[in-house]
Amino acid sequence: MSLKRKDLVSIASLTLDEITLILDTADSFKEVSGREIKKVPALRGKTVVNLFFEPSTRTRTSFELAAKRLSADVINFSPSSSSVVKGETLLDTARNIEAMQADIIVLRHPDAGAAETLANGVKSSVINAGDGWHEHPTQALLDLFTMREKKLNFKGLRVAIVGDIAHSRVARSNIFGLSKLGAEIRAVGPPTMIPVHLDRLGVRVYYDLDEALRGVDVIMMLRLQLERQGRALFPSIREYSRLYGLTAERVRLAEAGALVMHPGPVNRGVEMAPEVADSFSSVILDQVANGVAVRMGILYLLSGAN
Amino acid sequence: MLPGLVDLHVHLREPGFEYKDTIQTGTAAAVAGGFTSVCCMPNTSPVNDNQSITEFILEQARLAGNAHVFPVGAITKGSEGKELAEIGELRHAGCVAISDDGQPVMNSLIMRRAMEYALAFDLPVIDHCEDLHLSEGGCMNEGLVSTQLGLPGIPSAAEDVMVARNLALAELTTARLHLAHLSTAGSVRMVRAAKSRGIRVTAEVCPHHFSLTEEAVRGFNTHAKMNPPLRTWQDVQAIKEGLRDGTIDVIATDHAPHAVQDKQQQFAAAPNGIVGLETALPLTLALVEEGFLSLEAAVAKLTTEPARAFGLSKGSLAPGADADVVMVDPEAQWEVDPARFRSKSRNTPFAGWKVKGRVITTIVAGRVVHDAA
Amino acid sequence: MIAPEKKARDQETLVMDASEVARALTRIAHEILERNKGTQEIALVGIRTGGVHLAHRLARRIQEIERAQVPIGELDITLYRDDLGIRKDQPVLRKTSIPFNVSDLNVILVDDVLFTGRTIRAAMDGLIDLGRPAEIQLAVLVDRGHRQLPIKATYIGKNIPTSREEIVHVYLEEEGEEDRVVLLKNASGGAR
Repeated sequence: MSLKRKDLVSIASLTLDEITLILDTADSFKEVSGREIKKVPALRGKTVVNLFFEPSTRTRTSFELAAKRLSADVINFSPSSSSVVKGETLLDTARNIEAMQADIIVLRHPDAGAAETLANGVKSSVINAGDGWHEHPTQALLDLFTMREKKLNFKGLRVAIVGDIAHSRVARSNIFGLSKLGAEIRAVGPPTMIPVHLDRLGVRVYYDLDEALRGVDVIMMLRLQLERQGRALFPSIREYSRLYGLTAERVRLAEAGALVMHPGPVNRGVEMAPEVADSFSSVILDQVANGVAVRMGILYLLSGAN
Repeated sequence: MLPGLVDLHVHLREPGFEYKDTIQTGTAAAVAGGFTSVCCMPNTSPVNDNQSITEFILEQARLAGNAHVFPVGAITKGSEGKELAEIGELRHAGCVAISDDGQPVMNSLIMRRAMEYALAFDLPVIDHCEDLHLSEGGCMNEGLVSTQLGLPGIPSAAEDVMVARNLALAELTTARLHLAHLSTAGSVRMVRAAKSRGIRVTAEVCPHHFSLTEEAVRGFNTHAKMNPPLRTWQDVQAIKEGLRDGTIDVIATDHAPHAVQDKQQQFAAAPNGIVGLETALPLTLALVEEGFLSLEAAVAKLTTEPARAFGLSKGSLAPGADADVVMVDPEAQWEVDPARFRSKSRNTPFAGWKVKGRVITTIVAGRVVHDAA
Repeated sequence: MIAPEKKARDQETLVMDASEVARALTRIAHEILERNKGTQEIALVGIRTGGVHLAHRLARRIQEIERAQVPIGELDITLYRDDLGIRKDQPVLRKTSIPFNVSDLNVILVDDVLFTGRTIRAAMDGLIDLGRPAEIQLAVLVDRGHRQLPIKATYIGKNIPTSREEIVHVYLEEEGEEDRVVLLKNASGGAR
């Protein structure tokens, strides 16, 4: 089986077989990252453009490393706010980049749907590296990869996703992916951060963290966007942290050996106590390492001639 | 043969946005869709908040020689919601109603004063009902689809609270209130109750709000982006019920042309609105086909009812009326092809739809202005 | 490796049966030991997927002869293929697993069929990315000719003259078939 698509814009659009293929392929690339010479020639002569309309050092670096380990040429392009002010549309920008023979465009954009709009407008392959609150498919795939690597079986796996679900592309992509794989998903956060009709996506909604954590196999914490304070979503960081922060004591409510995940960067002492982030249950650094292998897998699978 | 159709809600884009549409192309689209009279919204650039803009519009309409154009003036200067526009002068220049369309009057005191002041001229006050705080940043209905797509939502309540406010102010001031493009079940319910209590209110809905739901947004389809947004199946049912029982008086298009490059953007960046003049009649006749409305009632909501709401001597074939006539083949089936629109713009979610009911000939003031035969 | 269709089976010619395959492997095992003067410096690396099974068989025979364990690795050459840039869909990637340092060893690459030589070129590049072997040798069950690169096998089970259009298919027990090598004539589809 091969990935018969030009783009990767969402987890929602992937079939179960495609998710499995990506995870299996990433598994093979993990070996490459363990070598002394961490480079293979698979994407020699291909050009990957990281088109980032939002700052994100981590995701961009991960994609850059993945592309370089595949021998692709990588260009980082962060349109200045000035060209946006000048009225240049996303497609204008992308077509300019395409004219430079980009094979794959990795897009990070503050607006939901930007990746799909771009994918429909250019011939290059488009990989969504996060679009607004919509999806962050490569993050979810690396999360799934990490869970699978820790020998977890997705069928019936109990996963609690904690934090600002409404404004989180990481949460959405994971919800779509985990539900396709048959996991039981719990979403936890203050009601102001739970989007409407979330229950209709097969997710159980909790407002009480302690109750939600009981018996879960995976605790997936979301990053609190501190700038949202003052938008009436939560009264103060102090109160948020007390109600929804993960402490060592709370981790003990979960199944023994439960994994603690976080897409990074962690607000230590806000959504997660420092000792939890550094604890044995935390797989946060595995997630980062797996991110490169998963992105190599995706770049490889999408690198066929268009 | 029908009386020429009357549209209370169009955007002709001139002056200011001639690349989207002009008075010439917009009125050509109108007559192609069977509309012989259109009321154009003041959100041009500059805003139609004074006599000279109104006169300019009327002059361009006369030169175009297509449909009758009835300008709607601004409620506040620059539609900024701060100071009242010179409503008396606008009335004198030919405006038939006032509205800050697209920029709802958020300040309830200003709205109260506008309604009171308009009483002097018996001018209808139109409001685009939207609480801008509740809808802040939103670009589609808040519901299952917005949750799945991660798009910021506009809750029904953003419309409902302003409908409630406007009805309360209409009751207070006894002004003539016209509620533009209602989209929610809550609005229909409140208007029904208000009418039964004798408040002077008329209400309009747009064909897209009874033909489509939020599902049309899937795939980030910018041709399904409008404000108010497409709502749910329940809202569509409530609107149809409102049309049937007379709660909703008028079907208007909210014809809002946008150039291809405007709509070819990520969903949040794309402007609101669709073109509607050339698809409104068949979409309305579909309600007759479905059995929701009688043919007479459907036609009335496109002719006599809108004319009555704004006090226009239009929409009737009675002896002595203007010779504004449209010949329609109600059985003719056709496929919506935006490439054939008379409007400059092509932004419709109905492309490829098989519809029934076609305008054959349109006559304005005794002159054939459109002939498809 | 794609199993031929029923219809094509009628045109099969048996070129090696199970006992011939067994004898060829035994001979290659002896040749490897002779050439490398024992098992001290050698490692076997099978090229996925047919070569992997053959590498394990050779290791078993060497074990029987010399009572010594030879390190075995499995090499997936997909990332080193020379047609990745022009294919529409990328081939499925399998894991490379070489649990020893190849540097300073005599690495014996093992494959089932030697044809154009492109696979072996890719395998050598892949191997060299993992370290610097003292020597790379090549063992194949069948050499069918038609080289497109200057590559020559060190150990050959059997030379089989073929035309370009024919297909050589190696069936192995490990894949649930009786050991044999067959030649498919006039078959449509890619040659191998």
